[in-house]
Amino acid sequence: MTSTTLDGGAAAPAEGNLKSRLRRAERLRKLKAIGLVAPLALFLVVVFVVPIGSMLLNSVDNGSLRQVMPQTASALAQWDGEGLPGEATFAAFAEELRDSRRGGGLGSVGRRLNYENPEYRGLLMRTLMGLPAESDDWRATLIDIDPAWGETATWRGIQAAAPPRTDRYLLASLDLERGADGEIQRVDQQDRLYQAVFQRTLVIAGGVTLICLALGFPLAYLLATLPAKTSNLLMILVLLPFWTSLLVRTAAWIILLQSNGLANQTLQTLGLIESPLQLVFNRTGVFFAMVHILLPFMVLPLYSVMKGISPSYQRAAVSLGAHPFAAFWQVYAPQTLSGVAAGTILVFIMALGYYITPALVGGPADQMVSYYVAYYTNTTNNWGMAAALGSILLAVTLLLYLVYHRLVNRKQLIGS
Amino acid sequence: MPNPSNDPSPDPSTSLIRFAAVQKTYDGEQLVVKDLNLAIEPGEFVTLLGPSGSGKTTCLMMLAGFEVPTSGDIFLRDQRLNSVPPHKRNFGMVFQNYALFPHMTVEENIRYPLKTRRLPAAEADRKVSEILDMIQLRDFAKRRPAQLSGGQQQRVALARSLVFEPQLVLMDEPLGALDKQLREQMQLEIKHLHEQLGLTVVFVTHDQSEALTMSDRVAVFNDGVIQQIDTPSNLYEYPANAFVAQFIGENNTLAGRVESVEGERCRARFGEGLATGALLGPGLGVGDATHLSIRPERVKLNGAARALPNRLPARVHEFIYLGDHLRVRCALPGNDDFVARVPVDDFDADMKPGDTIELGWRDEDVRALDAP
Ligand SMILES: Nc1ncnc2c1ncn2[C@@H]1O[C@H](COP(=O)(O)OP(=O)(O)O)[C@@H](O)[C@H]1O
Ligand SMILES: [Mg+2]
Repeated sequence: MTSTTLDGGAAAPAEGNLKSRLRRAERLRKLKAIGLVAPLALFLVVVFVVPIGSMLLNSVDNGSLRQVMPQTASALAQWDGEGLPGEATFAAFAEELRDSRRGGGLGSVGRRLNYENPEYRGLLMRTLMGLPAESDDWRATLIDIDPAWGETATWRGIQAAAPPRTDRYLLASLDLERGADGEIQRVDQQDRLYQAVFQRTLVIAGGVTLICLALGFPLAYLLATLPAKTSNLLMILVLLPFWTSLLVRTAAWIILLQSNGLANQTLQTLGLIESPLQLVFNRTGVFFAMVHILLPFMVLPLYSVMKGISPSYQRAAVSLGAHPFAAFWQVYAPQTLSGVAAGTILVFIMALGYYITPALVGGPADQMVSYYVAYYTNTTNNWGMAAALGSILLAVTLLLYLVYHRLVNRKQLIGS
Repeated sequence: MPNPSNDPSPDPSTSLIRFAAVQKTYDGEQLVVKDLNLAIEPGEFVTLLGPSGSGKTTCLMMLAGFEVPTSGDIFLRDQRLNSVPPHKRNFGMVFQNYALFPHMTVEENIRYPLKTRRLPAAEADRKVSEILDMIQLRDFAKRRPAQLSGGQQQRVALARSLVFEPQLVLMDEPLGALDKQLREQMQLEIKHLHEQLGLTVVFVTHDQSEALTMSDRVAVFNDGVIQQIDTPSNLYEYPANAFVAQFIGENNTLAGRVESVEGERCRARFGEGLATGALLGPGLGVGDATHLSIRPERVKLNGAARALPNRLPARVHEFIYLGDHLRVRCALPGNDDFVARVPVDDFDADMKPGDTIELGWRDEDVRALDAP
């Protein structure tokens, strides 16, 4: 005991010295490592982090009313939402409405206000036409031009568009809205859409993942156990789909699966069916095309894991008295778990974002979240909704991933 | 022939395992196992020894049921094994890389064969517990194989193959991955287990000292053919052919020709105009080419050689000091790399490389074997 303490005391200064030398030696190595990853890191920031960040921001951005009509916005921020706002607010609004025509801000304000109520654009135009140069009583003047300005709801709509941030898009993406009293509530039955879309997206992605696993697992096993010559040939067949464009492959499925397509004709010739089956422009078509495209992403990670599992494990199990099937399930399959985990998460996440394939081979009831994101960006220019749907999809994906990661990690801990 | 066990193969009627004219080819062109006849007695420790690629693993795999003989039969007592699937054979097996299931603990690994046999839990618990004590790994029962050292993994693999009391234990180079010291320790442990539990073991190795240490009988393989099956001491003292002489222990070879035969003995010429008496190996007659085999420890030097019947001069290349003995490498007509092994006490310190010395041996220290 004593000698240990003495030794420790004597070694301490030398040890400190050693540590600083180690740190110096490590510093250079770290700098080199940072230098090596810097280009990639920069690339990722520019094309990944920034766009995603701005998308997340877009989903809560309340539009341009605040820029175009700053005084109206701040005046309405004070208003309690009862009765009508004060004369000062009317005056500021009239002033800024007139100015907005010159700056070109009117269009964007109109678009934003139309999300509150589609009457707004017309109202703004009418008001602008009738707006006098001067007025002593702007409140009366405006109500005179259009009685809508005498209604509390009109001003509440503008007030809702005034703050810099809003949750209306995120709420709308979940079929929710704020009621007249500001409480969150579900939208009317006939307007509900997105909860069903998210549910459908998860169901399709999950189904595609399961089918890919069911088809890919035996295939990967075959690839990993066949002699190299045969398995290389099969591997080329697995990778073949990558050599053709996604659009071409999807179009090919339409041709194959349509009512007078090859599949239906063959089945009819064989006498298995009497009238053509509806195989495309519905859920069946979506599954066919998506499974076909995503299967390699399941097979490759499974194959690489299976390739590393020595056949002697199964032989050992059999020599210990296990039936070959039992040996497979009890000894081989658990060792493939990391590959199953990688393959399913890869396919699932890719499937969640699918848009072109369901759009081409699915029916109206098979469109996934990405379809609506594309619709809002390309067709209606509603960046807020597009971003909100995207953000929620991202959040759901991350959440599922975390849950999955915990589940698999616990299992894998057993595996390694 | 001065071979004390003239017929080393046991009586087939009592044997546990019998290979009868077994042949095996993988590709339909080359026979990997050429005509295997081998009987194994209950309680025996038999080693298949041979260089890499000589077909040892193939034989073991046929016995275990993972490969099918191309022709011939394998019998377990009088039951033909060919149609018995491997999981019904009830043989314990230890693989070279141990093949411990990485996702199971030590205990679960050992319990696995009991689970497949649907043993009642209480009995399985007892057996696992007993064998954990035997391999002294009770404290490691809850660990996974990756958390064990090579020697510990080896013990677990052994325990797993023994816990269900198999009628036969097969081991394919089970010690190949261990370092020398651990390997020697495990050799003795396996040997002792074999004796204590009365196991029948078929052991595969390419390491001749391992085979000699552990086995009751050793089958020396080369090129898919058993060259000789015998006890370790007979293999060493009475090799049946030049391959066995060369493969087992250290050996000097002189290429020569049989000149005359007298009962078990003969005279053979070698080098240029040299001759020695020798024991006549199997299948040789007057005029046949022969490989004369002499163990280094039987070769005497200078003074010690004086009284011996066969003497000849040799030129010393070098001395290699090995603690308890010296190896003297020298050149003599017909062999440039002839080794004599001399106890350190008998060594004459005046000798230097380049000196000419006299070597000598008795007739019975030389075996005239057929030249391969
Ligand atoms: N599964 C196999 N397929 C084809 N050839 C094999 C196979 N297993 C072994 N061989 C060949 O058979 C010969 C003997 O192999 P093996 O029995 O493993 O020898 P050993 O165990 O003595 O090293 C070798 O030439 C090897 O290449
Ligand atoms: Mg081998």
